[in-house]
Amino acid sequence: MTVFLQQIINGLSIGSVYALMAVGYSLVYSILNFSNFAHGGVIMIGAYIGYFSLTLLKVPFYIAFIISSLGTGFLAVAMEKAVYRPLRKRNAPFLYFIISAMGASIFLENIVIASPIGPTFRTYPPIFSTTPIMLGPIALGRIDLLMFVISAISLGSLVYIIEKTKIGLAIRATSYSIKGSTLMGVNVDKVIFIIFLLGGILAGIAGMLFGMKYTVYPQIGNITTKSFIAAVFGGLGSLPGAVFGSILLGIIETMTSGYLSSQYRDLIAFALLIFVLVVKPTGLMGKSTEDKA
Amino acid sequence: MSWVYFSGILIMSGINLLTVLGLSLLTGFTGLFSFGHAGFMAIGAYISATMTMKMGIPFIPALMIGGFAAMLSGLLIGKLTLNLKGDYFCIATLGFGEAIRLILDNIKYFGGARGLPNIPPYTTLTNVVVINIVAIIVLVFIIKSRHGRNMVAIREEEMASQVIGIDVFKYKMMSLAISALYAGVAGGLLAHYLGYIQPIMFKMVKSTELTIIVIFGGLGSVSGSVIGALLLTFLPEVLRSFYEWRLVVYGAAVILIMITRPQGLMGGKEFSFKGISKIIKRFRNKNKDDGEVKS
Repeated sequence: MTVFLQQIINGLSIGSVYALMAVGYSLVYSILNFSNFAHGGVIMIGAYIGYFSLTLLKVPFYIAFIISSLGTGFLAVAMEKAVYRPLRKRNAPFLYFIISAMGASIFLENIVIASPIGPTFRTYPPIFSTTPIMLGPIALGRIDLLMFVISAISLGSLVYIIEKTKIGLAIRATSYSIKGSTLMGVNVDKVIFIIFLLGGILAGIAGMLFGMKYTVYPQIGNITTKSFIAAVFGGLGSLPGAVFGSILLGIIETMTSGYLSSQYRDLIAFALLIFVLVVKPTGLMGKSTEDKA
Repeated sequence: MSWVYFSGILIMSGINLLTVLGLSLLTGFTGLFSFGHAGFMAIGAYISATMTMKMGIPFIPALMIGGFAAMLSGLLIGKLTLNLKGDYFCIATLGFGEAIRLILDNIKYFGGARGLPNIPPYTTLTNVVVINIVAIIVLVFIIKSRHGRNMVAIREEEMASQVIGIDVFKYKMMSLAISALYAGVAGGLLAHYLGYIQPIMFKMVKSTELTIIVIFGGLGSVSGSVIGALLLTFLPEVLRSFYEWRLVVYGAAVILIMITRPQGLMGGKEFSFKGISKIIKRFRNKNKDDGEVKS
Protein backbone atom coordinates (compact mmCIF):
# COMPACT_ATOMS: atom_id res chain seq x y z
CA MET A 1 0.00 0.00 0.00
CA THR A 2 2.85 2.39 0.81
CA VAL A 3 4.48 1.68 -2.53
CA PHE A 4 1.17 2.27 -4.24
CA LEU A 5 0.58 5.64 -2.58
CA GLN A 6 4.18 6.64 -3.17
CA GLN A 7 3.88 5.86 -6.89
CA ILE A 8 0.59 7.77 -7.09
CA ILE A 9 2.33 10.84 -5.68
CA ASN A 10 5.32 10.49 -8.01
CA GLY A 11 2.94 9.96 -10.90
CA LEU A 12 0.95 13.08 -10.05
CA SER A 13 4.05 15.24 -9.97
CA ILE A 14 5.53 13.98 -13.24
CA GLY A 15 2.08 13.90 -14.82
CA SER A 16 1.47 17.53 -13.97
CA VAL A 17 4.64 18.54 -15.85
CA TYR A 18 3.54 16.39 -18.80
CA ALA A 19 0.28 18.30 -18.65
CA LEU A 20 2.09 21.65 -18.99
CA MET A 21 3.76 20.36 -22.13
CA ALA A 22 0.74 18.53 -23.51
CA VAL A 23 -1.53 21.60 -23.44
CA GLY A 24 1.00 23.28 -25.74
CA TYR A 25 0.45 20.56 -28.34
CA SER A 26 -3.27 20.60 -27.79
CA LEU A 27 -3.70 24.37 -28.04
CA VAL A 28 -2.06 24.44 -31.46
CA TYR A 29 -3.91 21.34 -32.62
CA SER A 30 -7.28 22.70 -31.56
CA ILE A 31 -6.95 25.62 -33.95
CA LEU A 32 -4.50 24.70 -36.71
CA ASN A 33 -5.21 20.95 -36.76
CA PHE A 34 -1.64 19.77 -36.96
CA SER A 35 0.81 18.43 -34.37
CA ASN A 36 3.47 21.01 -33.65
CA PHE A 37 6.45 18.70 -33.21
CA ALA A 38 8.73 21.69 -32.69
CA HIS A 39 7.14 22.19 -29.26
CA GLY A 40 9.64 19.69 -27.81
CA GLY A 41 12.47 21.90 -29.03
CA VAL A 42 10.90 24.94 -27.37
CA ILE A 43 10.69 23.05 -24.06
CA MET A 44 14.35 22.11 -24.38
CA ILE A 45 15.38 25.74 -25.00
CA GLY A 46 13.31 26.68 -21.93
CA ALA A 47 15.28 24.23 -19.80
CA TYR A 48 18.54 25.75 -21.06
CA ILE A 49 17.44 29.34 -20.48
CA GLY A 50 16.49 28.40 -16.93
CA TYR A 51 19.81 26.65 -16.40
CA PHE A 52 21.92 29.55 -17.65
CA SER A 53 19.96 32.19 -15.79
CA LEU A 54 20.54 30.21 -12.59
CA THR A 55 24.23 29.51 -13.16
CA LEU A 56 25.51 32.54 -15.10
CA LEU A 57 23.15 35.30 -13.99
CA LYS A 58 22.75 33.76 -10.52
CA VAL A 59 19.19 35.02 -10.15
CA PRO A 60 16.76 33.50 -7.64
CA PHE A 61 14.82 30.61 -9.05
CA TYR A 62 11.45 32.36 -9.37
CA ILE A 63 13.07 35.05 -11.54
CA ALA A 64 14.67 32.26 -13.61
CA PHE A 65 11.16 30.90 -14.17
CA ILE A 66 10.04 34.29 -15.48
CA ILE A 67 13.09 34.70 -17.75
CA SER A 68 12.76 31.22 -19.18
CA SER A 69 9.00 31.44 -19.81
CA LEU A 70 9.37 34.85 -21.47
CA GLY A 71 12.21 33.50 -23.60
CA THR A 72 10.28 30.49 -24.80
CA GLY A 73 7.11 32.51 -25.28
CA PHE A 74 9.09 34.80 -27.57
CA LEU A 75 10.68 31.80 -29.33
CA ALA A 76 7.32 30.12 -29.96
CA VAL A 77 5.83 33.31 -31.37
CA ALA A 78 8.88 33.94 -33.55
CA MET A 79 8.63 30.39 -34.85
CA GLU A 80 4.98 30.85 -35.71
CA LYS A 81 5.81 34.08 -37.58
CA ALA A 82 8.77 32.64 -39.48
CA VAL A 83 7.66 29.08 -40.14
CA TYR A 84 3.91 28.61 -40.01
CA ARG A 85 2.50 32.01 -41.00
CA PRO A 86 3.86 31.91 -44.58
CA LEU A 87 2.33 28.45 -44.98
CA ARG A 88 -0.99 29.58 -43.56
CA LYS A 89 -1.13 32.58 -45.86
CA ARG A 90 -0.70 30.26 -48.83
CA ASN A 91 -3.26 27.73 -47.59
CA ALA A 92 -0.58 25.05 -47.84
CA PRO A 93 -1.63 21.40 -47.41
CA PHE A 94 -1.33 20.03 -43.91
CA LEU A 95 1.59 17.79 -44.91
CA TYR A 96 3.75 20.92 -45.31
CA PHE A 97 2.92 22.00 -41.76
CA ILE A 98 4.12 18.70 -40.29
CA ILE A 99 7.26 18.73 -42.42
CA SER A 100 8.07 22.30 -41.35
CA ALA A 101 7.41 21.45 -37.71
CA MET A 102 9.80 18.52 -38.03
CA GLY A 103 12.39 20.79 -39.66
CA ALA A 104 12.05 23.32 -36.86
CA SER A 105 12.46 20.66 -34.19
CA ILE A 106 15.61 19.26 -35.86
CA PHE A 107 16.94 22.80 -36.20
CA LEU A 108 16.41 23.69 -32.54
CA GLU A 109 17.84 20.43 -31.21
CA ASN A 110 20.96 20.45 -33.34
CA ILE A 111 21.77 24.12 -33.07
CA VAL A 112 22.22 23.49 -29.34
CA ILE A 113 24.40 20.42 -30.02
CA ALA A 114 26.56 22.22 -32.58
CA SER A 115 26.88 25.45 -30.59
CA PRO A 116 29.41 25.80 -27.74
CA ILE A 117 26.74 24.55 -25.32
CA GLY A 118 27.28 21.09 -26.76
CA PRO A 119 25.58 17.75 -26.13
CA THR A 120 26.77 17.37 -22.50
CA PHE A 121 24.35 16.65 -19.69
CA ARG A 122 24.06 19.54 -17.24
CA THR A 123 22.61 19.47 -13.76
CA TYR A 124 20.77 22.38 -12.24
CA PRO A 125 22.36 23.87 -9.12
CA PRO A 126 20.57 22.59 -5.99
CA ILE A 127 17.74 24.95 -5.11
CA PHE A 128 16.06 22.93 -2.44
CA SER A 129 17.47 20.40 -0.05
CA THR A 130 16.97 16.89 -1.36
CA THR A 131 15.69 15.56 1.96
CA PRO A 132 12.03 14.75 1.39
CA ILE A 133 9.14 15.80 3.58
CA MET A 134 7.90 12.65 5.32
CA LEU A 135 4.17 12.10 5.56
CA GLY A 136 4.21 8.97 7.68
CA PRO A 137 5.91 6.34 5.52
CA ILE A 138 5.46 8.31 2.30
CA ALA A 139 8.30 10.52 1.08
CA LEU A 140 7.29 13.76 -0.58
CA GLY A 141 10.18 15.25 -2.54
CA ARG A 142 10.44 19.03 -2.31
CA ILE A 143 10.99 19.36 -6.05
CA ASP A 144 8.04 17.05 -6.74
CA LEU A 145 5.88 19.27 -4.57
CA LEU A 146 7.12 22.36 -6.39
CA MET A 147 6.43 20.73 -9.76
CA PHE A 148 2.90 19.93 -8.77
CA VAL A 149 2.14 23.35 -7.28
CA ILE A 150 3.62 25.39 -10.13
CA SER A 151 1.94 23.21 -12.76
CA ALA A 152 -1.40 23.51 -11.00
CA ILE A 153 -1.10 27.31 -10.78
CA SER A 154 -0.07 27.63 -14.44
CA LEU A 155 -2.81 25.34 -15.68
CA GLY A 156 -5.32 27.16 -13.48
CA SER A 157 -4.37 30.50 -15.02
CA LEU A 158 -4.61 28.99 -18.49
CA VAL A 159 -8.11 27.72 -17.79
CA TYR A 160 -9.04 31.15 -16.44
CA ILE A 161 -7.77 32.86 -19.60
CA ILE A 162 -9.58 30.46 -21.88
CA GLU A 163 -12.87 30.30 -20.00
CA LYS A 164 -13.30 33.79 -18.58
CA THR A 165 -11.56 36.38 -20.75
CA LYS A 166 -12.53 37.87 -24.08
CA ILE A 167 -9.45 36.54 -25.85
CA GLY A 168 -10.32 33.11 -24.45
CA LEU A 169 -13.73 33.38 -26.05
CA ALA A 170 -12.02 34.19 -29.34
CA ILE A 171 -9.77 31.15 -28.93
CA ARG A 172 -12.72 28.89 -28.27
CA ALA A 173 -14.62 30.30 -31.23
CA THR A 174 -11.66 29.88 -33.57
CA SER A 175 -11.20 26.29 -32.51
CA TYR A 176 -14.72 25.56 -33.74
CA SER A 177 -14.27 27.21 -37.10
CA ILE A 178 -11.56 29.51 -38.39
CA LYS A 179 -13.71 30.77 -41.25
CA GLY A 180 -16.76 31.37 -39.11
CA SER A 181 -14.90 33.33 -36.48
CA THR A 182 -13.14 35.43 -39.12
CA LEU A 183 -16.57 36.38 -40.46
CA MET A 184 -17.64 37.32 -36.92
CA GLY A 185 -14.74 39.74 -36.70
CA VAL A 186 -12.23 37.67 -34.74
CA ASN A 187 -8.65 38.50 -35.66
CA VAL A 188 -7.44 34.97 -36.28
CA ASP A 189 -3.80 35.99 -36.63
CA LYS A 190 -3.96 37.51 -33.19
CA VAL A 191 -5.62 34.40 -31.76
CA ILE A 192 -2.89 32.20 -33.20
CA PHE A 193 -0.27 34.59 -31.82
CA ILE A 194 -1.82 34.26 -28.35
CA ILE A 195 -2.01 30.47 -28.69
CA PHE A 196 1.67 30.17 -29.45
CA LEU A 197 2.54 32.68 -26.73
CA LEU A 198 0.59 30.74 -24.09
CA GLY A 199 2.01 27.40 -25.27
CA GLY A 200 5.52 28.86 -25.26
CA ILE A 201 5.24 30.30 -21.75
CA LEU A 202 4.01 26.98 -20.38
CA ALA A 203 6.78 25.20 -22.30
CA GLY A 204 9.40 27.36 -20.57
CA ILE A 205 8.01 26.60 -17.13
CA ALA A 206 7.76 22.91 -17.96
CA GLY A 207 11.28 22.80 -19.37
CA MET A 208 12.70 24.35 -16.24
CA LEU A 209 10.79 22.03 -13.92
CA PHE A 210 11.97 19.09 -15.98
CA GLY A 211 15.56 20.29 -15.81
CA MET A 212 15.35 20.74 -12.04
CA LYS A 213 14.00 17.25 -11.54
CA TYR A 214 16.34 15.47 -13.98
CA THR A 215 19.12 16.97 -16.13
CA VAL A 216 19.35 19.26 -19.14
CA TYR A 217 20.55 17.97 -22.50
CA PRO A 218 19.66 18.68 -26.13
CA GLN A 219 17.56 15.55 -26.61
CA ILE A 220 15.04 16.45 -23.90
CA GLY A 221 12.76 17.00 -26.88
CA ASN A 222 12.59 13.22 -27.31
CA ILE A 223 11.21 12.83 -23.80
CA THR A 224 8.61 15.47 -24.52
CA THR A 225 7.33 13.03 -27.14
CA LYS A 226 5.75 11.35 -24.16
CA SER A 227 3.80 14.46 -23.31
CA PHE A 228 2.64 14.38 -26.91
CA ILE A 229 1.49 10.81 -26.35
CA ALA A 230 -0.39 12.08 -23.31
CA ALA A 231 -2.08 14.70 -25.49
CA VAL A 232 -3.14 12.02 -27.97
CA PHE A 233 -4.25 9.78 -25.11
CA GLY A 234 -6.50 12.50 -23.71
CA GLY A 235 -7.66 13.52 -27.16
CA LEU A 236 -5.80 15.95 -29.40
CA GLY A 237 -7.26 19.42 -29.34
CA SER A 238 -8.96 19.05 -25.98
CA LEU A 239 -7.39 20.85 -23.01
CA PRO A 240 -9.07 18.88 -20.20
CA GLY A 241 -8.20 15.77 -22.20
CA ALA A 242 -4.54 16.78 -22.36
CA VAL A 243 -4.37 17.37 -18.59
CA PHE A 244 -6.26 14.21 -17.72
CA GLY A 245 -4.25 12.11 -20.19
CA SER A 246 -0.97 13.48 -18.83
CA ILE A 247 -1.79 12.73 -15.21
CA LEU A 248 -2.93 9.24 -16.18
CA LEU A 249 0.20 8.63 -18.24
CA GLY A 250 2.38 9.88 -15.39
CA ILE A 251 0.73 7.46 -12.97
CA ILE A 252 0.91 4.56 -15.44
CA GLU A 253 4.62 5.25 -15.94
CA THR A 254 5.51 5.39 -12.27
CA MET A 255 3.42 2.30 -11.59
CA THR A 256 5.34 0.46 -14.33
CA SER A 257 8.70 1.43 -12.89
CA GLY A 258 7.47 0.72 -9.36
CA TYR A 259 6.01 -2.71 -9.94
CA LEU A 260 7.64 -4.03 -13.15
CA SER A 261 10.89 -2.46 -14.24
CA SER A 262 11.86 1.04 -15.36
CA GLN A 263 13.14 -0.57 -18.57
CA TYR A 264 9.56 -1.12 -19.73
CA ARG A 265 8.44 2.43 -18.88
CA ASP A 266 8.92 3.93 -22.35
CA LEU A 267 7.73 0.80 -24.05
CA ILE A 268 4.45 0.93 -22.12
CA ALA A 269 4.00 4.59 -23.10
CA PHE A 270 4.40 3.85 -26.82
CA ALA A 271 2.28 0.71 -26.61
CA LEU A 272 -0.42 2.83 -24.97
CA LEU A 273 -0.17 5.29 -27.88
CA ILE A 274 -0.74 2.57 -30.45
CA PHE A 275 -3.51 1.01 -28.35
CA VAL A 276 -5.36 4.33 -28.11
CA LEU A 277 -4.99 4.96 -31.83
CA VAL A 278 -6.46 1.56 -32.59
CA VAL A 279 -9.30 1.52 -30.10
CA LYS A 280 -10.33 5.16 -29.89
CA PRO A 281 -8.18 7.44 -32.03
CA THR A 282 -9.91 10.59 -30.84
CA GLY A 283 -8.65 9.83 -27.34
CA LEU A 284 -10.56 10.08 -24.11
CA MET A 285 -12.08 13.52 -24.73
CA GLY A 286 -11.04 14.50 -28.24
CA LYS A 287 -13.19 16.09 -30.86
CA SER A 288 -14.02 14.06 -33.91
CA THR A 289 -11.76 14.55 -36.91
CA GLU A 290 -14.24 14.05 -39.71
CA ASP A 291 -13.31 15.77 -42.93
CA LYS A 292 -15.81 18.56 -43.32
CA ALA A 293 -14.78 19.51 -46.84
CA MET B 1 40.55 9.26 -51.38
CA SER B 2 41.07 5.51 -51.53
CA TRP B 3 38.71 3.26 -53.45
CA VAL B 4 37.63 1.33 -50.36
CA TYR B 5 36.52 4.53 -48.67
CA PHE B 6 34.84 5.77 -51.83
CA SER B 7 32.95 2.54 -52.46
CA GLY B 8 31.95 2.54 -48.79
CA ILE B 9 30.26 5.90 -49.23
CA LEU B 10 28.66 4.65 -52.44
CA ILE B 11 27.24 1.62 -50.62
CA MET B 12 25.88 3.81 -47.82
CA SER B 13 24.26 6.17 -50.30
CA GLY B 14 22.82 3.17 -52.14
CA ILE B 15 21.28 1.88 -48.90
CA ASN B 16 19.87 5.31 -48.11
CA LEU B 17 18.61 5.60 -51.66
CA LEU B 18 16.67 2.34 -51.43
CA THR B 19 14.79 3.51 -48.33
CA VAL B 20 14.30 6.96 -49.80
CA LEU B 21 12.76 5.44 -52.95
CA GLY B 22 10.16 3.68 -50.84
CA LEU B 23 9.55 6.77 -48.76
CA SER B 24 9.26 8.82 -51.92
CA LEU B 25 6.35 6.63 -53.02
CA LEU B 26 4.69 7.05 -49.62
CA THR B 27 5.32 10.75 -48.95
CA GLY B 28 5.98 12.15 -52.39
CA PHE B 29 3.34 10.32 -54.38
CA THR B 30 0.68 9.30 -51.86
CA GLY B 31 1.01 12.22 -49.46
CA LEU B 32 1.43 10.20 -46.26
CA PHE B 33 4.04 11.22 -43.75
CA SER B 34 6.01 8.62 -41.82
CA PHE B 35 8.10 9.03 -38.69
CA GLY B 36 8.80 5.32 -38.41
CA HIS B 37 10.70 4.16 -41.45
CA ALA B 38 13.77 3.43 -39.37
CA GLY B 39 11.51 0.89 -37.62
CA PHE B 40 10.90 -0.94 -40.90
CA MET B 41 14.64 -0.84 -41.59
CA ALA B 42 15.27 -2.31 -38.14
CA ILE B 43 12.86 -5.18 -38.77
CA GLY B 44 14.48 -5.93 -42.13
CA ALA B 45 17.98 -5.71 -40.65
CA TYR B 46 17.33 -7.97 -37.65
CA ILE B 47 15.30 -10.58 -39.54
CA SER B 48 17.69 -10.93 -42.46
CA ALA B 49 20.74 -10.96 -40.17
CA THR B 50 19.20 -13.75 -38.11
CA MET B 51 18.40 -15.64 -41.31
CA THR B 52 21.98 -15.59 -42.61
CA MET B 53 23.71 -15.97 -39.25
CA LYS B 54 21.61 -18.44 -37.34
CA MET B 55 19.71 -20.33 -40.04
CA GLY B 56 22.25 -20.43 -42.83
CA ILE B 57 19.93 -19.07 -45.49
CA PRO B 58 21.68 -17.49 -48.52
CA PHE B 59 21.94 -13.70 -48.71
CA ILE B 60 19.35 -12.72 -51.31
CA PRO B 61 16.48 -14.90 -49.95
CA ALA B 62 17.35 -13.62 -46.46
CA LEU B 63 17.06 -10.05 -47.72
CA MET B 64 13.69 -10.83 -49.25
CA ILE B 65 12.45 -12.44 -46.03
CA GLY B 66 13.57 -9.36 -44.08
CA GLY B 67 11.82 -7.13 -46.59
CA PHE B 68 8.59 -9.11 -46.42
CA ALA B 69 8.64 -9.09 -42.63
CA ALA B 70 8.88 -5.29 -42.74
CA MET B 71 6.08 -5.24 -45.30
CA LEU B 72 3.84 -7.38 -43.08
CA SER B 73 4.35 -5.06 -40.12
CA GLY B 74 3.62 -2.14 -42.42
CA LEU B 75 0.37 -3.76 -43.49
CA LEU B 76 -0.55 -4.31 -39.86
CA ILE B 77 0.08 -0.67 -38.91
CA GLY B 78 -1.71 0.47 -42.04
CA LYS B 79 -4.73 -1.75 -41.43
CA LEU B 80 -5.12 -0.19 -37.99
CA THR B 81 -4.55 3.47 -38.78
CA LEU B 82 -4.80 4.29 -42.48
CA ASN B 83 -8.53 4.83 -42.40
CA LEU B 84 -8.09 7.66 -39.89
CA LYS B 85 -7.93 11.24 -41.04
CA GLY B 86 -5.10 13.71 -40.83
CA ASP B 87 -2.30 13.42 -38.33
CA TYR B 88 -3.15 10.07 -36.87
CA PHE B 89 -1.26 7.88 -39.32
CA CYS B 90 1.85 9.95 -38.79
CA ILE B 91 1.47 9.72 -35.00
CA ALA B 92 1.02 5.97 -35.27
CA THR B 93 4.23 5.58 -37.29
CA LEU B 94 6.03 7.59 -34.61
CA GLY B 95 4.76 5.21 -31.95
CA PHE B 96 5.55 2.20 -34.10
CA GLY B 97 9.13 3.25 -34.87
CA GLU B 98 9.99 3.94 -31.26
CA ALA B 99 8.18 0.84 -30.00
CA ILE B 100 10.16 -1.39 -32.38
CA ARG B 101 13.41 0.08 -31.10
CA LEU B 102 12.40 -0.34 -27.46
CA ILE B 103 11.21 -3.91 -28.04
CA LEU B 104 14.53 -4.79 -29.70
CA ASP B 105 16.29 -3.24 -26.72
CA ASN B 106 14.61 -5.84 -24.52
CA ILE B 107 14.93 -9.02 -26.61
CA LYS B 108 17.84 -11.15 -25.41
CA TYR B 109 17.83 -13.29 -28.57
CA PHE B 110 18.79 -10.22 -30.65
CA GLY B 111 21.44 -9.11 -28.17
CA GLY B 112 19.33 -6.44 -26.46
CA ALA B 113 20.69 -2.90 -26.45
CA ARG B 114 24.23 -4.11 -27.17
CA GLY B 115 23.12 -5.32 -30.57
CA LEU B 116 23.96 -8.14 -32.91
CA PRO B 117 27.65 -8.49 -33.86
CA ASN B 118 29.50 -10.69 -36.42
CA ILE B 119 27.04 -10.47 -39.27
CA PRO B 120 28.73 -11.86 -42.43
CA PRO B 121 29.67 -8.97 -44.79
CA TYR B 122 27.77 -10.03 -47.90
CA THR B 123 26.82 -6.56 -49.10
CA THR B 124 29.00 -5.41 -51.98
CA LEU B 125 28.81 -2.43 -54.27
CA THR B 126 27.65 -4.68 -57.11
CA ASN B 127 24.61 -6.09 -55.36
CA VAL B 128 23.66 -2.70 -53.91
CA VAL B 129 23.75 -1.16 -57.38
CA VAL B 130 21.80 -4.05 -58.94
CA ILE B 131 19.12 -3.98 -56.23
CA ASN B 132 18.79 -0.22 -56.56
CA ILE B 133 18.40 -0.38 -60.33
CA VAL B 134 15.72 -3.05 -60.00
CA ALA B 135 14.02 -0.98 -57.30
CA ILE B 136 14.03 2.18 -59.44
CA ILE B 137 12.63 0.34 -62.47
CA VAL B 138 9.86 -1.26 -60.40
CA LEU B 139 9.03 2.08 -58.79
CA VAL B 140 8.87 3.91 -62.12
CA PHE B 141 6.56 1.21 -63.49
CA ILE B 142 4.29 1.49 -60.46
CA ILE B 143 4.12 5.26 -60.76
CA LYS B 144 3.43 5.20 -64.49
CA SER B 145 0.68 2.61 -64.04
CA ARG B 146 -2.95 3.19 -63.13
CA HIS B 147 -2.10 2.42 -59.51
CA GLY B 148 0.50 5.17 -59.38
CA ARG B 149 -1.89 7.69 -60.88
CA ASN B 150 -4.49 6.73 -58.30
CA MET B 151 -1.95 7.38 -55.56
CA VAL B 152 -1.17 10.84 -56.94
CA ALA B 153 -4.90 11.53 -57.09
CA ILE B 154 -5.20 10.63 -53.40
CA ARG B 155 -2.31 12.94 -52.57
CA GLU B 156 -3.93 15.82 -54.44
CA GLU B 157 -7.49 15.49 -53.18
CA GLU B 158 -8.47 12.54 -51.04
CA MET B 159 -12.19 13.13 -50.95
CA ALA B 160 -12.49 13.82 -54.67
CA SER B 161 -10.63 10.63 -55.53
CA GLN B 162 -12.91 8.65 -53.23
CA VAL B 163 -15.91 10.17 -54.99
CA ILE B 164 -14.71 9.11 -58.44
CA GLY B 165 -14.35 5.56 -57.17
CA ILE B 166 -10.73 5.11 -56.13
CA ASP B 167 -10.38 2.73 -53.19
CA VAL B 168 -8.37 5.20 -51.08
CA PHE B 169 -7.66 2.76 -48.26
CA LYS B 170 -6.41 0.06 -50.64
CA TYR B 171 -4.01 2.36 -52.45
CA LYS B 172 -2.68 3.84 -49.23
CA MET B 173 -2.06 0.30 -47.99
CA MET B 174 -0.33 -0.61 -51.24
CA SER B 175 1.92 2.42 -51.06
CA LEU B 176 2.80 1.76 -47.42
CA ALA B 177 3.49 -1.94 -48.07
CA ILE B 178 5.85 -1.24 -50.97
CA SER B 179 7.72 1.45 -49.08
CA ALA B 180 8.05 -0.82 -46.03
CA LEU B 181 9.40 -3.58 -48.30
CA TYR B 182 12.04 -1.23 -49.70
CA ALA B 183 12.99 -0.08 -46.20
CA GLY B 184 13.23 -3.69 -44.98
CA VAL B 185 15.55 -4.74 -47.81
CA ALA B 186 17.66 -1.62 -47.21
CA GLY B 187 17.88 -2.56 -43.54
CA GLY B 188 19.11 -6.04 -44.52
CA LEU B 189 21.77 -4.53 -46.77
CA LEU B 190 22.85 -2.19 -43.97
CA ALA B 191 23.21 -5.07 -41.52
CA HIS B 192 25.36 -7.09 -43.93
CA TYR B 193 27.48 -4.10 -44.80
CA LEU B 194 28.29 -2.84 -41.29
CA GLY B 195 28.62 -6.31 -39.76
CA TYR B 196 26.78 -5.33 -36.58
CA ILE B 197 23.45 -3.73 -35.74
CA GLN B 198 22.17 -2.00 -32.64
CA PRO B 199 18.65 -0.78 -31.86
CA ILE B 200 20.01 2.75 -31.31
CA MET B 201 20.94 2.95 -34.99
CA PHE B 202 17.25 3.06 -35.86
CA LYS B 203 16.20 6.04 -33.79
CA MET B 204 13.65 8.58 -34.88
CA VAL B 205 16.43 10.88 -36.12
CA LYS B 206 17.17 8.29 -38.81
CA SER B 207 13.55 8.34 -39.98
CA THR B 208 13.45 12.12 -40.12
CA GLU B 209 16.75 12.25 -42.00
CA LEU B 210 15.31 9.95 -44.65
CA THR B 211 12.21 12.10 -44.98
CA ILE B 212 14.41 15.19 -45.32
CA ILE B 213 16.18 13.58 -48.28
CA VAL B 214 12.82 12.98 -49.97
CA ILE B 215 11.82 16.60 -49.40
CA PHE B 216 15.16 17.86 -50.72
CA GLY B 217 14.86 15.80 -53.87
CA GLY B 218 11.32 16.94 -54.38
CA LEU B 219 7.96 15.50 -53.43
CA GLY B 220 6.74 13.43 -56.34
CA SER B 221 9.97 12.94 -58.27
CA VAL B 222 11.92 9.67 -58.46
CA SER B 223 15.01 11.20 -60.03
CA GLY B 224 14.89 13.96 -57.43
CA SER B 225 15.01 11.32 -54.70
CA VAL B 226 17.98 9.64 -56.39
CA ILE B 227 19.91 12.90 -56.65
CA GLY B 228 18.89 13.89 -53.11
CA ALA B 229 20.04 10.58 -51.60
CA LEU B 230 23.41 10.63 -53.38
CA LEU B 231 24.03 14.30 -52.64
CA LEU B 232 23.02 14.23 -48.99
CA THR B 233 25.11 11.13 -48.24
CA PHE B 234 28.17 12.45 -50.05
CA LEU B 235 28.21 16.06 -48.87
CA PRO B 236 28.57 15.38 -45.12
CA GLU B 237 31.35 12.85 -45.87
CA VAL B 238 33.27 15.30 -48.03
CA LEU B 239 32.78 18.21 -45.65
CA ARG B 240 33.76 16.46 -42.43
CA SER B 241 34.13 19.68 -40.42
CA PHE B 242 30.60 20.51 -41.39
CA TYR B 243 29.30 17.26 -39.88
CA GLU B 244 28.03 18.75 -36.62
CA TRP B 245 26.21 21.56 -38.36
CA ARG B 246 24.72 19.21 -40.95
CA LEU B 247 21.42 18.67 -39.15
CA VAL B 248 21.11 22.36 -38.26
CA VAL B 249 21.38 23.23 -41.93
CA TYR B 250 18.99 20.40 -42.88
CA GLY B 251 16.38 21.66 -40.42
CA ALA B 252 16.61 25.24 -41.62
CA ALA B 253 16.66 24.10 -45.25
CA VAL B 254 13.51 22.02 -44.80
CA ILE B 255 11.65 25.04 -43.45
CA LEU B 256 12.97 27.23 -46.26
CA ILE B 257 11.99 24.65 -48.88
CA MET B 258 8.48 24.41 -47.47
CA ILE B 259 8.09 28.20 -47.48
CA THR B 260 9.67 29.02 -50.81
CA ARG B 261 9.77 25.93 -53.00
CA PRO B 262 7.69 23.12 -51.50
CA GLN B 263 8.15 21.01 -54.60
CA GLY B 264 11.86 20.56 -53.73
CA LEU B 265 14.87 20.25 -56.00
CA MET B 266 13.20 18.58 -58.94
CA GLY B 267 9.67 19.64 -58.13
CA GLY B 268 7.57 16.82 -59.53
CA LYS B 269 9.62 16.80 -62.74
CA GLU B 270 11.71 13.85 -63.82
CA PHE B 271 15.24 13.88 -65.12
CA SER B 272 15.30 12.81 -68.76
CA PHE B 273 17.54 13.35 -71.75
CA LYS B 274 14.59 14.71 -73.70
CA GLY B 275 14.07 17.39 -71.08
CA ILE B 276 17.73 18.34 -71.12
CA SER B 277 17.85 18.64 -74.88
CA LYS B 278 14.74 20.81 -74.66
CA ILE B 279 16.44 23.10 -72.17
CA ILE B 280 19.57 23.31 -74.34
CA LYS B 281 17.44 24.09 -77.40
CA ARG B 282 15.60 26.83 -75.57
CA PHE B 283 18.92 28.24 -74.41
CA ARG B 284 20.29 28.21 -77.94
CA ASN B 285 17.20 29.89 -79.36
CA LYS B 286 17.49 32.54 -76.72
CA ASN B 287 21.10 33.19 -77.68
CA LYS B 288 20.09 33.40 -81.31
CA ASP B 289 17.36 35.90 -80.46
CA ASP B 290 19.84 37.97 -78.50
CA GLY B 291 22.21 37.93 -81.46
CA GLU B 292 19.47 39.06 -83.83
CA VAL B 293 18.53 41.93 -81.60
CA LYS B 294 22.11 43.09 -81.46
CA SER B 295 22.59 42.96 -85.19
